[in-house]
Amino acid sequence: MIDGFIALYIFALAAILGFEIIRKVPVILHTPLMSGSNFIHGIVLVGAMIALGHADTTLEKVFGFIAVFLGAGNAAGGYVVTERMLEMFKPRKKKEDEGDK
Amino acid sequence: MDMIQEYLPTLIKSSYFLAAILFITGLRRMSAPGTARGGIVWAGVGMLIATIATFLLPDMHNMVLILAALVSSTVLAWVSGKKVAMTDMPQMVALYNGMGGGSAAFIGAMALFNAVDHLGGCQAGTIVDTASSHDCLSGVTMVFAVVGVFIGAISLSGSLVAFGKLQGWIDKRYTFPGQHFFNGIVAIGTLGLGFYLMKDLNANYIWIFFGLSLLLGVLMTMPIGGADMPVVISLYNAFTGLAVSFEGFVLQNEAMIIAGMLVGSAGTLLTQEMAKAMNRSLGSVLFGSMGGSGGSAIEGEMKEIEGQDAAIQMAFADRVIVVPGYGMAVAQAQHKLWEMTQLLLDKGVDVKFAIHPVAGRMPGHMNVLLAEAGVPYDLIEDMEDINSQFKQTDVALVIGANDVVNPVAKTDPESPIYGMPILNVDEAKNSIVIKRGKGTGFAGIQNALFFAENNKMLYGDAQDAIAKLIQGLKAL
Repeated sequence: MIDGFIALYIFALAAILGFEIIRKVPVILHTPLMSGSNFIHGIVLVGAMIALGHADTTLEKVFGFIAVFLGAGNAAGGYVVTERMLEMFKPRKKKEDEGDK
Repeated sequence: MDMIQEYLPTLIKSSYFLAAILFITGLRRMSAPGTARGGIVWAGVGMLIATIATFLLPDMHNMVLILAALVSSTVLAWVSGKKVAMTDMPQMVALYNGMGGGSAAFIGAMALFNAVDHLGGCQAGTIVDTASSHDCLSGVTMVFAVVGVFIGAISLSGSLVAFGKLQGWIDKRYTFPGQHFFNGIVAIGTLGLGFYLMKDLNANYIWIFFGLSLLLGVLMTMPIGGADMPVVISLYNAFTGLAVSFEGFVLQNEAMIIAGMLVGSAGTLLTQEMAKAMNRSLGSVLFGSMGGSGGSAIEGEMKEIEGQDAAIQMAFADRVIVVPGYGMAVAQAQHKLWEMTQLLLDKGVDVKFAIHPVAGRMPGHMNVLLAEAGVPYDLIEDMEDINSQFKQTDVALVIGANDVVNPVAKTDPESPIYGMPILNVDEAKNSIVIKRGKGTGFAGIQNALFFAENNKMLYGDAQDAIAKLIQGLKAL
């Protein structure tokens, strides 16, 4: 069971982590990163599956179906688009990772 | 069998934990060019593990429905994502992001409806069971459910409007007097209803609350001009992250809480960077107005140049800076551009690419396209690094960029883009602008550069214009 305060700690730590990871990112990676983070919140699919998996009434089933449909689109679409963008970053002339910390 | 039953919850929890770690690692790897490609795979593996683990949860019903929705949507999104042109990527990100926000909003609404159905069946302030049931909502959970619906619904409808605008389906900004005041009233009203709803849970209120939140997303996005769209998409990306995180709390799912909040904060920072690059605060993007016909009229004439002459001018230059913009993306001219660049490099011309942080429709949009064409990183410079070099540049070649090279941003306090950092193309000894027609840019503002004494216009589609330059260079 995650109570309010533990959730607060998780929220805060995850937020600081996200901030730190993005802080020194070269402009060249902005679009792929936005796309990549867009994929990561596709984890909402899992929540949608849990919600639909426990739906009883017709309304809940309809809403759950929509939620799973939308969540799966977020995850699958987000992955393909990000992968295609990052495909462009094939190591070419072997340049050192400028954004690495 | 009993053994499996006993350890299954631990296994599933561990899978979510692993997924969260993989997301964090994936995001970290994606933030450096060298490891970026692997990063998405790490995150992808995390998603796969979490999804499979969810199927193993005890007491899951409606498996047919789950599979139907999951498979149909995955196939659709996969195919559309594979087929879409590189130039249309930004609106696809907007679309998929809106879907995620919508998913979170529907999850929140389900939790609320479920709570209505079970009113009186549980003690106030308690949550029954863990992930398997959200029949009873504690006060804190209720707040998260409601706020998640609010943010997620705004992200859904707002992203769809952004998608429509970038796709060209909605090509106008819709404004009316007192709009921000009106939007503010709707926002306060919606949130007010949301908080009232926590006290007096009622299905009708949930419907109205959901509907108003969706409406608010549309109202917020309609008046925003295309030039600000990158910032808006990034903002909604952060919104979806937050909504997912909050609904993750409602469902007591740690992977959702962590991944959602990770994106929420990373997305917010990304949004701030973009707004900063445009010298605009987030507030002015959302509530200020942009575009229209503000600013003084510009006197003078635009001078045309032929492809052949432009090629000669560049071939005999010591230094050329190329400034790509949305016009290059639309015409898919990046490959031809690299071909042209190689010809110039062979002639000993020093060629650099100057990227404005918000050139195109998303930050980094140009970098992605140039990388696709095979332009090496070290020829590509950010605005801060290259802006001082324009003075020593013989020819600045602008390809379908407009507002980001408009000197009125420095000179005309009346102009709506006054104060926005621009690439100093006007300081170059000569400039050549490839442009489809004589119209104003995306923000609808006259560009003083086009009328400058040392500027020439090369009219035409970027692809054709560069083909002519290549022809000209080869003929030399």
